[in-house]
Amino acid sequence: MSELAAPGSALAPARADHAVELDDVTFGYDQRPVLTGITMRIPRGGVVAIMGGSGCGKTTILRLIGGQLRPQSGRVLVGGESVPDLDRDALYAMRRKLGMLFQFGALFTDMSVYENIAFTLREHTNLPEELIRDLVLMKLHAVGLRGAARLMPAELSGGMARRVALARAIALDPMLVLYDEPFAGLDPISLGVVGQLIRRMSEALGITSLVVTHDVYESLKIVDYLYFVSDGKIIAEGTPADVRASGDAFVRQFVDGEPDGPVPFHYPAPPYQSELFARA
Amino acid sequence: MLDSVLAGIAATLRRLGGGTVAAIGWLGYATRFGVAVVLETPAAFARLSLTLREIYFAGVLSLVIILVSGLFVGMVLALQGYDVLQRYGAAESLGVLVALSLVRELGPVVAGLLFASRAGSAITAEIGLMKATEQLSAMEMMAVDPLARVVAPRFWGGVVSMPLLAALFSTLGVFGAYLVGVKLIGIDPGAFWGNMQAGVDFRYDIVNGVIKSVVFGIAVSMIAVFEGYDARPTAEGVSTATTRTVVESSLAILGLDFVLTVFMFRGGA
Repeated sequence: MSELAAPGSALAPARADHAVELDDVTFGYDQRPVLTGITMRIPRGGVVAIMGGSGCGKTTILRLIGGQLRPQSGRVLVGGESVPDLDRDALYAMRRKLGMLFQFGALFTDMSVYENIAFTLREHTNLPEELIRDLVLMKLHAVGLRGAARLMPAELSGGMARRVALARAIALDPMLVLYDEPFAGLDPISLGVVGQLIRRMSEALGITSLVVTHDVYESLKIVDYLYFVSDGKIIAEGTPADVRASGDAFVRQFVDGEPDGPVPFHYPAPPYQSELFARA
Repeated sequence: MLDSVLAGIAATLRRLGGGTVAAIGWLGYATRFGVAVVLETPAAFARLSLTLREIYFAGVLSLVIILVSGLFVGMVLALQGYDVLQRYGAAESLGVLVALSLVRELGPVVAGLLFASRAGSAITAEIGLMKATEQLSAMEMMAVDPLARVVAPRFWGGVVSMPLLAALFSTLGVFGAYLVGVKLIGIDPGAFWGNMQAGVDFRYDIVNGVIKSVVFGIAVSMIAVFEGYDARPTAEGVSTATTRTVVESSLAILGLDFVLTVFMFRGGA
């Protein structure tokens, strides 16, 4: 049985061609720490998952990478550039090389599916409308929704909306796509479709993918490497094979879906008995 | 005993200080937001279709409530005005009374209040919901500034729409007064229109009324976009922001109206 690597170990060694690097990153709101000592490296072209329970700081990591938040200490590098040190223009230039799929798609509700995908192309390129049309249809074809181009977001199912959002995220052929809970709330078929699309996009277009999720089963099928985050710290990392074979209590609780364990079932509270008979 | 009194005073002072610092911080944030929106003006007009779309939503879609309200306000003004004026044998002055009331005060103020309720709340709700559904975040991550793409066009759409709506409100008000005063009560139409033409000064009355409506348009639009952008990204947060827009806009209109009136109308044409 292979054991999971300790956090920050050499399973994903530092290389010059890493798409994303976080070094000892700490972040918090006021006095409340959210992330502590986060170190991770995402190789170019790889599909990497960040897993952990709700509210453990997973999405915050994506926002640090996208430059929407600034770390209190540590380094955040995307394509070798230090994100917190970028000025507004440089940050926007960096974001043009980056796509993000939000938890519920975040499609623009006043635009059709077609317009949603054409949006970034129109904002950032001077391509003629005929070429934009072809590109939009190609992106929609890649996610199987070319026939839905004229629909409005309100007419889409959750799975379709996620696929449209994926097509929008790759509209400018980014080098990195960040996925925030891409599987949340999807039926099993949609879940499988979205998972396979993430893998296929990565392989076909050479896109680096960083998937924040708590869906163990689907993630293990598509990712190359996983980080487990709990209470704002990376507590384990490794390949899907390492995770399946792991004896680590947290990883086992997470993978097996146990209600109690290192992550307790009960929210911290005074002793049950003393509270029940408090008036006696 | 003394210790507990001192501790109570210290706690009160701390709360007061904390509240003051928070209020100053909020004011600074709101000011920076306002300046940033104004700085994005070129972006709003570079994408003219976006601003025209917002003029349609804020202006054209508010027409029904503005026109109907203006008509009824004018008709009621005529009835009330005639009731008082005829006691002094000055019923022919009804036209000028109604026109001055509308272009100086009721046009900009009532149209402003209606605009805040109809268009201001819609702008806040739309931006707030875009924030709650992460559409603004998505735009930022696509390297598109939401201030330039979403906020500035809505702000300028409101600023452009408001004076036009106030003018239409006053126009329909005068027409309503004409219907009641001339057609219903039987005041001589020549006296009605003639006194109005003689009594209303373009610079003193109409231009000042337009200036008021422009100021109210800026205030309402800025409050609406700020509250939407600053809304907590929840259903309750958007609902609270929408309410705040209507309340703050209404108070701003009434307060600004008093200040502007003090400077504009000092008892002589």
